[in-house]
Amino acid sequence: MNDFRIPLGRWVEDIIDFITDTFGFLFDFVATVVSGAYEIVDAVFSTPPFWAVIIVLAALGFAARGWKFAIGTVLGLTLILGVDQWDNAMDTLALVLVASVIAILIAIPLGIAAAKSRATSNLLRPVLDLTQTMPAFVYLIPALILFGIGVVPGVVATIIFAVAPGVRLTELGIRGVDTEVVEAGQAFGASPWRILRQIQLPLAMPSIMAGVNQVIMLSLSMVVIAGMVGAGGLGQPVVASLNRIDVALGFEAGLSVVILAIFLDRLTAALGGGDTPLGRVLGRRGAARLERESAAKAANPGQAPAERELVDA
Amino acid sequence: MSDISPPQTILTADGLGKTFGKTHAVVDASFEVNRGEIFVVMGLSGSGKSTLIRMLNGLLEPSSGSVSVAGTKISGLPAAKLREVRKRSVSMVFQHFALLPHRTVIDNVAYGLEIQGVAKAERLERANTIIRLVGLDGRQNSLPSQLSGGMQQRVGLGRALASDTDILLMDEAFSALDPLIRREMQEQLIELQSELGKTIIFITHDLNEAMFLGDRIAVMRDGKIVQIGTPEEILTDPANDYVAQFVQDVDRARVLTAASVMEPARSVVTVTAGPRAALRTMRDLQSQATFVLGRDRTFAGIVRDRDVLRQVKRGETDLRSILLDDATTVTSDVVISELVELSVGSDLPIAVLDDKKRLIGVIPRVTLLAALGNVSTTTGEIPVTETIATITVSEMTDTLLDPTLEGAGR
Repeated sequence: MNDFRIPLGRWVEDIIDFITDTFGFLFDFVATVVSGAYEIVDAVFSTPPFWAVIIVLAALGFAARGWKFAIGTVLGLTLILGVDQWDNAMDTLALVLVASVIAILIAIPLGIAAAKSRATSNLLRPVLDLTQTMPAFVYLIPALILFGIGVVPGVVATIIFAVAPGVRLTELGIRGVDTEVVEAGQAFGASPWRILRQIQLPLAMPSIMAGVNQVIMLSLSMVVIAGMVGAGGLGQPVVASLNRIDVALGFEAGLSVVILAIFLDRLTAALGGGDTPLGRVLGRRGAARLERESAAKAANPGQAPAERELVDA
Repeated sequence: MSDISPPQTILTADGLGKTFGKTHAVVDASFEVNRGEIFVVMGLSGSGKSTLIRMLNGLLEPSSGSVSVAGTKISGLPAAKLREVRKRSVSMVFQHFALLPHRTVIDNVAYGLEIQGVAKAERLERANTIIRLVGLDGRQNSLPSQLSGGMQQRVGLGRALASDTDILLMDEAFSALDPLIRREMQEQLIELQSELGKTIIFITHDLNEAMFLGDRIAVMRDGKIVQIGTPEEILTDPANDYVAQFVQDVDRARVLTAASVMEPARSVVTVTAGPRAALRTMRDLQSQATFVLGRDRTFAGIVRDRDVLRQVKRGETDLRSILLDDATTVTSDVVISELVELSVGSDLPIAVLDDKKRLIGVIPRVTLLAALGNVSTTTGEIPVTETIATITVSEMTDTLLDPTLEGAGR
């Protein structure tokens, strides 16, 4: 071995120190927002009695995929309750939701920007590669330094880890929209913003929803790791069982994570298809149709019934 | 707009060129499109026609040259002004329809109006009118995916018509449809065009489609326009070997008109010339019948050799009494596919008349066959365009020389 060594780690540490000193107020602000959001969402899940939460989640499952999924939801959540991980599971759910929502709010605009400009895309790609492949634990260290122990570093590390697929799939979805349809928008004189809103985003929606699904899944896997920095939730018993070599606790906590993962995955996957009642509501298709029909009736009241008959026939 | 007023230019392309990297997609394309005409740009794939049409509404900025729409130069216009031109003056129909799949038929048709900022109630009403016009009534609330290809393109056409622009760009609009539907759409387009008086710029790789639709056709090859002309000009007078080779497979019968294949009428007499002159003409040409013209060369009818011979022998002088009015006549703009049946029905040449009933030419069966086969009628030594006389030359000559009848004809 020679003495050649690049002190890359030291440099990064210096940078982090510099950031901590200079932008402290910014991190305080982020911390306030994140912890505030977490408190609210966690209260929503933790305050009501367990049966109320189970009923609401099962109803959501029914709307998204039907009664089989609703029954599965009830059984799964009852199992979590049975292994005494209910409170942790609700904390985790809140963490995942807060982290995912923020990650998605970052990912979709970035994805749009990347789809619109090749330069932005080229700039973002290595950054996304980095955030996606860097071992998840590594984020915890600067997050700890910047935010201290607790929920916030866990959420921030989760966001960084989970944002990449959201950006990529949004970009992919928008680039994948039939160029002729986009041209049609241009040919009729629509502005770029209008083309984005009325053509590109709706047509890219399945891909974007797949991205949302991936963001949520990655968030869930990261939230467990975030238990190491005291983020709470199911990560806590997992870390504890690792320290105590407690197979029983580890399995119960781990299984609870799996149940939450399956629930969130199936739920969000259903939204991307758009063929479920909930998907339709999100797609605003039903609303648009109602709106139009009432407008048509208002425009020519005498003709509306006749037209209805034609359509029915 | 009346037919008499001179053609009014609505769109001008001046030296248009477009280069992608090192590829010259369009090179120095110049043409003018008149208000109310169907201008077809025809070329094989890769000839640059799609690039050309996209420069006409500014979807692509030309590398050189400029486009003017209704007197406004649109090349180099700022984006917002260009959008205004597209909203008000130029709409477009796409090859693969390019409908918004998440919107219903009526919302698709109303899309252009929505962008123009027309209020909802009004745009739905106008869209409904257009939907009826393109034959989609009752499908207002269907999604595009629930319609057949032909119906989807009707929606595409409806969307372009609804925005009520003067110019319609159609990019291979019917190429993705199966042949029967395509024919139906072509016919409907011509109907709509004559009804609404739109100016249509139609891109196609299908020469038969170009010939059927086009008032004028621009043939493109390797980014250059090699010939601009009416379908007949392109068919009968191709500018170069490429165009000639291209047009050889065209269904000539549907393009060529009576005027372009007719021959000068040789077996013709005026009604005042009398039967002797008629007989002499028929003897010289060895023809069975001769066309008879009245005053101002207006077509009066036809006389047959037997009748004329009988008249001469009897010493009668008035051709009118043996004039047959069963001759087949057509106007000069009839396509020759419609002449075939007429020609079968009568052994005499078809008379081609102008709009003042004057005889401007004739089409014997041989000429019709020659035109269909794209060969000349003068390939042999003997002209074969006349119908063979039913009486012998010597009998005609004898009759004409008969001293007892001499002078009676006049």
